[in-house]
Amino acid sequence: MIELDSIERVFQVGDEEVHALKHVTLTIDKGEYLSIMGPSGSGKSTLLNILGLLDRPTSGTYRLDGIDTTSMGDNEQADTRRHRIGFVFQSYHLVPRLTAAENVALPLMLSGMAPKERHVIVEQALDNVDLLDRAEHRPDQLSGGQRQRVAIARATIMQPTILLADEPTGNLDHISGESVIEVLEALNKQGIILIVVTHDMDIGERAARRIRMVDGSISKDVR
Amino acid sequence: MQATDFIRLTLGSVFSQHLRSFLTALGIAVGVAAVVLLTSIGEGVHRFVLAEFSQFGTNILAVTPGKNTTFGMSGAVINTVRPLTMEDAEALKRVADVEAVVSVVQGNAEVEFGKRSRRTMIIGAGHAVPAVWQMDVEIGRFLPDDDPRNARAFAVLGSKMADELFGSRSPLGEIVRIAGERFRVIGVMESKGTMLGFDLDDTLFIPAGRALEMFNREGVMEIDLLYRSTANVDQLEEQISRLMQARHGYEDFTIITQEEMLETLGSILDILTLAVGALGGISLLVGGVGILTIMSIAVNERTHEIGLLRALGTRRRQVLGLFLGEAVLLSATGGFAGLVIGAGGAALLGLAIPALPVHTPWYFVLLAELMAVAIGVIAGVAPARRAASLDPVEALRAE
Repeated sequence: MIELDSIERVFQVGDEEVHALKHVTLTIDKGEYLSIMGPSGSGKSTLLNILGLLDRPTSGTYRLDGIDTTSMGDNEQADTRRHRIGFVFQSYHLVPRLTAAENVALPLMLSGMAPKERHVIVEQALDNVDLLDRAEHRPDQLSGGQRQRVAIARATIMQPTILLADEPTGNLDHISGESVIEVLEALNKQGIILIVVTHDMDIGERAARRIRMVDGSISKDVR
Repeated sequence: MQATDFIRLTLGSVFSQHLRSFLTALGIAVGVAAVVLLTSIGEGVHRFVLAEFSQFGTNILAVTPGKNTTFGMSGAVINTVRPLTMEDAEALKRVADVEAVVSVVQGNAEVEFGKRSRRTMIIGAGHAVPAVWQMDVEIGRFLPDDDPRNARAFAVLGSKMADELFGSRSPLGEIVRIAGERFRVIGVMESKGTMLGFDLDDTLFIPAGRALEMFNREGVMEIDLLYRSTANVDQLEEQISRLMQARHGYEDFTIITQEEMLETLGSILDILTLAVGALGGISLLVGGVGILTIMSIAVNERTHEIGLLRALGTRRRQVLGLFLGEAVLLSATGGFAGLVIGAGGAALLGLAIPALPVHTPWYFVLLAELMAVAIGVIAGVAPARRAASLDPVEALRAE
């Protein structure tokens, strides 16, 4: 589970201090499905980056599965990201010169797993997103929806506790977006915490818990 | 990360930009090829020159008159260099470990046979020349072991001399006139070729005592002695110096060992090799700048990928390693190609121009490859560090 306690994030822009997050306190239980919505500059992305340990809060504490992450060193945070957190980005961020299977295998590769062991796990993951027949294709040979599904397979291959999706359907047409959301929701049903940041009201409304952010604070938290 | 995966990832990114990678590696290849080729030529010249000088053997020690030092007192008082005499040579013969001694007197004189005459280098020497200078007679025999003060008028011709004066006739037993004096030819030397432009075959040997008279000299120009290869050179030098000082009263001679001479020559030639190597090193440096440029561009282009790797839990050190690995891969492959080009080029050059001595020592090859790798590391470290230090949020968001 996730426990945020009065998280603040202040950016220095020129001479000005920008308070991107103002005393955000939030608890997310195991297996929750959460959407974060709000206008541009409301701090949704900053919150997501802090949840994903890509960014550090200026003050406040963030406990992940009971462990304080704010006191972690750089390497420890990297290890935590590798094992507990999965990312899905709007622009997929697949490595263009690697095949779908290699992209999915990347986290396993980085953690030092042998190619033989990886093989079965990668096949299973590709099968889960219905792309087993595209395993040897490169990203430029895949459609947008397929690319995002490859990215989801990659994000979940380490069996993380949290899946963070930043506008996962932002670059997709309605039908592809729908199928991507279905895949994400299916993963949530298996117990993963799913956090979706989106502008799309339709997609945001699907979440069991809906958070609205305005000016760096949570203005609404509806279950 | 496993080593095989590391190599696969690195190879993958290098090959995905094959033209660019090829050109970058080519820069290093040209540099390494230049270093290898130039040092091969330098080393070849080195060996060639040393071989020229050591063709007379290496266990030689020469005593020459005069001392190459400046004394503090007025030169007029003690500037009486006693000439080296045949007696000095006789005395040196009795020093332990000395195998043979040759007194040398050189001069130019007209040599006549029948209607032909030729001005040439006359070398006054003794019977020990074949042993000391490692020269052999082709036909006949060398000067006999006569009493040096009263040697018989025999002459031994250099091979070219024999050709010039006698053509296809055998010169053995014939009388030649050298500076008007009659000498009987008793042998012809084997061809020894030239040494640094000086034709060793265009010579004529006569007994040293006779040469002294012929050129009206007081003393010999040099006494060469051959010592046993097992001898301690420093001790021998010391012994000879003491003996000569006892005979002459003070040190008015200089002792040069072949070993010392070769050492000095060797160190001069080492500098030559180093200098041409450094010249090649400049192009290697330019190749290094190429790697630096390409890796900087790669880091810029792959900012997203770096952000992604960081998001996936890659440690900074791993990112550093991946980019450094690419730089080293480029430089090592380029270096290897350069070795093949350089060593192959040197071998071809050796075949095409046999007069040009070429030698590629394996440790230069190894050194050049190590240098290429080191340049890869040095050139790659700045871009790789930049990649590792990128903020993942910024990297993912970058346009």
